Amino acid sequence: MAAEAGKIDPMHQFEVQSIFDGFSIGGHQIAFTNSALWMVVAVATLWLFMLGGMKRQLVPTRWQAAVEGVTGFITSMMDSNIGPQGRKFTPYVFSLFMFILVANLLGMLPTGIVGIHPFTVTSHLTVTGVLAIVSFGIVLIVGLLRHGFHFFSLFVPHGAPWWMMPILVPVELVSFMVRPFSLALRLFVAMTAGHILMKVLAGFVINGLNAEALWVAPVVSLPSFILMIGITLLELLVCAIQAYVFALLTSLYLNDAINLH
Amino acid sequence: MPQIDQISEIFASQLFWLVLTFGLIYLVIGRGMLPKIEATVDARDKQIAGDLAAAEAARRTAEEIDEANRARAEANRAEALKVTQAAKESAAREAEQKVKAADVQGETKVATAEARIREATEAAMGDIETVAAEAAQEMVARLTGKTVSRDQADNAVKAALANG
Repeated sequence: MAAEAGKIDPMHQFEVQSIFDGFSIGGHQIAFTNSALWMVVAVATLWLFMLGGMKRQLVPTRWQAAVEGVTGFITSMMDSNIGPQGRKFTPYVFSLFMFILVANLLGMLPTGIVGIHPFTVTSHLTVTGVLAIVSFGIVLIVGLLRHGFHFFSLFVPHGAPWWMMPILVPVELVSFMVRPFSLALRLFVAMTAGHILMKVLAGFVINGLNAEALWVAPVVSLPSFILMIGITLLELLVCAIQAYVFALLTSLYLNDAINLH
Repeated sequence: MPQIDQISEIFASQLFWLVLTFGLIYLVIGRGMLPKIEATVDARDKQIAGDLAAAEAARRTAEEIDEANRARAEANRAEALKVTQAAKESAAREAEQKVKAADVQGETKVATAEARIREATEAAMGDIETVAAEAAQEMVARLTGKTVSRDQADNAVKAALANG
């Protein structure tokens, strides 16, 4: 948050800042940024969480039960959406779900109070875009490897009369090609919008408290603060939902590629 | 919007670190830890299913044993009933025989006793007759002064007894 002379810029939180310059590959500077830092934090957090599930006891401890609950959630989602052949892709979808979920939740940490500003990795189009392209690429590769050119029958809906094909095939094609964009944009926009909203409300609270007229604080700051509590809870929900939606859509797309339809 | 303003300058760095971290997650967590956790869950599910099946089998055996026990108890009771019935019958028969034997013995005793009584009665009767005859001789001699022979007296007594 850049509070220069009382101005609060809600977009500042998305700025990627270089922590150290790093190195360069093929003319591209690979700096270690705050974004990279929070990706590493996400990996470490996730690894610590999963470590609790590695006790492998017959009667699980609470932590082990929590880890098994999450893995079971993704495994059963893959089983119900794809079937037994989906087991092969569970590691990828699980990694995707957990990375997005942990990155979303880390971005909600209130560590800004002590000066460590959290950075929401998933609010960056570069990150969500790469994840979406990877998912889409896997779908394409799996579909083409399993079914060859027959994979393109995906664009021909079952049971439609032949004369509808000139309309239906382009529509299906567009809806297929739009998938990576919808995947990437949905997560990016949800996280960005939520964080902007929270930052704007927080700005209201602070500016209201700093206002010279005394009546501004109870009229502006208090309702904003109450609203912000609700919005924060909603954002926590959105964190989980967006991770789930990304994983769910990936599994559905994979189902198209594996089983056609 | 920094996400788009900065895109050309940060893209390489974002891609590099994302590939590194996400690749790490996929390889270490997705490929390394997840299958082990799933295996644990599967093993537990299998064990629970096995235990349930074993419990079910044990219950069935227990029911079979219970059924067999009940049948054996039933058979034992029937056997016991038969034995007691037989014992009761044989005891009754024995008692009957004993009673019959005792009856026979009693009858013979009664018969001998009756015979003795009859003898005694007859002896007594004979005595009475001789006494009566003597008395009759005496009475006739005293009353009439005639002597009556013994045979006459006997006959008279007999006739009187027969009438009396």
